[in-house]
Amino acid sequence: MEVLAVVVGALNEGFLQTLKLFVVTLLGALPLGLIISFGSMSRFAPLRWLTRTVIWVIRGTPLMLQLIILYYVPGKVLGYSPWGTGEAGRFLASAIAFIINYACYFSEIYRGGIQGVPVGQQEAGLVLGMTRRDIFFKVTLLQMVKRIVPPMSNEIITLVKDTSLARIISFQEVIWAGQAFMKTSHGYSGLLWPLFFTGIYYLVFNGVVTVLLGRLEKKLDYFR
Amino acid sequence: MSAILDVQNIEKHFGDTRVLEDITFSLEKGQALAIIGSSGSGKTTLLRCLNFLETPDKGRITVNGETLFDTADLSTQREEEVRRKRLHFGLVFQSFNLFPQYTALENVTLASKLLAKEQPDFKARKKQLFADIDTRGKELLAQMGLADRAGHYPHQLSGGQQQRVAIARALALSPDILCFDEPTSALDPELTGEVLKVIRSLAEQNTTMVIVTHEMAFARDVADQVIFMDGGVIVEQGPAREVIDHPKEERTRQFLARYGEN
Repeated sequence: MEVLAVVVGALNEGFLQTLKLFVVTLLGALPLGLIISFGSMSRFAPLRWLTRTVIWVIRGTPLMLQLIILYYVPGKVLGYSPWGTGEAGRFLASAIAFIINYACYFSEIYRGGIQGVPVGQQEAGLVLGMTRRDIFFKVTLLQMVKRIVPPMSNEIITLVKDTSLARIISFQEVIWAGQAFMKTSHGYSGLLWPLFFTGIYYLVFNGVVTVLLGRLEKKLDYFR
Repeated sequence: MSAILDVQNIEKHFGDTRVLEDITFSLEKGQALAIIGSSGSGKTTLLRCLNFLETPDKGRITVNGETLFDTADLSTQREEEVRRKRLHFGLVFQSFNLFPQYTALENVTLASKLLAKEQPDFKARKKQLFADIDTRGKELLAQMGLADRAGHYPHQLSGGQQQRVAIARALALSPDILCFDEPTSALDPELTGEVLKVIRSLAEQNTTMVIVTHEMAFARDVADQVIFMDGGVIVEQGPAREVIDHPKEERTRQFLARYGEN
């Protein structure tokens, strides 16, 4: 029993890091994605093409590669690492890579959601003397949110699991913590089961996320 | 009587296609004008030009003596002023375009409340202003026969009820001229009556209206003036009964005969 308590304690510590990366990524990527989606819909063609190129590159290459490049390349070029050497630096680099990556995916979901709102909604706002800003925030936004909840749920569930990619730059999230017991951790060696045990954390957490997003979907059911 | 609306030489192209050509007409205050013609004749585009949803390539639009748009005068084409100019016109769409996330009453009051925020003393008088707007919104819904539907969302209403909410919404800002774009074309035949009845009562109260419609009998009874359009030009215009009962132009006769058969 003692070993279980020690492992769970270590995994909890790792999962806290997982959770931190998940929350910070969402808080950064949700608004940044909206800004990127405006860029990709801009009437100013150069901005539109620049934004779409960035989205193409970010979505077209592995997140793991982006993490490695962002964490190691600046050090090679500058001669010193802007991230420092500690866990805080690894977290910062991970968060930035995740926010950029997920913002690009979110932006495409937003774009689909915004363009899916009938143009008549915007025209109705215009003839009522509403500003474009009012039309977006008072008319389009909620209709867009309703449309994007299902695809967004998919991305958010993927994000929960993708946080594990940050271990490639030795960010000490839950899988890193579990895997450590295969060698030696907290005085125990050669334990395989803690690694599998990490799966329970993802399952439970994704269960919670699914329930919450389901509630949001239901809450928006009052209109069609 | 002087004209409340004066439209001179409006022209509109979509790419190489000329959609409107040399459209000139005027409308007196309190009168209803029906625009008839087959699909693709330019009726809807003309209405959209009046509401600044399309920008004419040529021409002039004057309301109450104020030039709202003139291709010869660049100062009338400033983007930031278009929003204010739109308030001279109300528009009721063929497909209602109610905001689905708001109740019937909220649909009617939303724009008024947003405009109220632009008043300098808004903060001090917010409660009173919003209460007044809600009262007026309820009155308008009652006028549409929808007093008991104020709290309903659009999807809970029939098509005819939705269109009546849309009419109340357009009236809420007290436009000088209320425009209708085929207001009954998206409705089941048994629901057109209730909407036409409302428009008829507006005409009886001398609301200035421009109505694009396929309902010939309605146009003849309710409108004071009729414009018949074909291929982007006005073929014939005049008093409603005269144009519909005794058309002078061959094209008008053919169009009305087709409608008589249906």
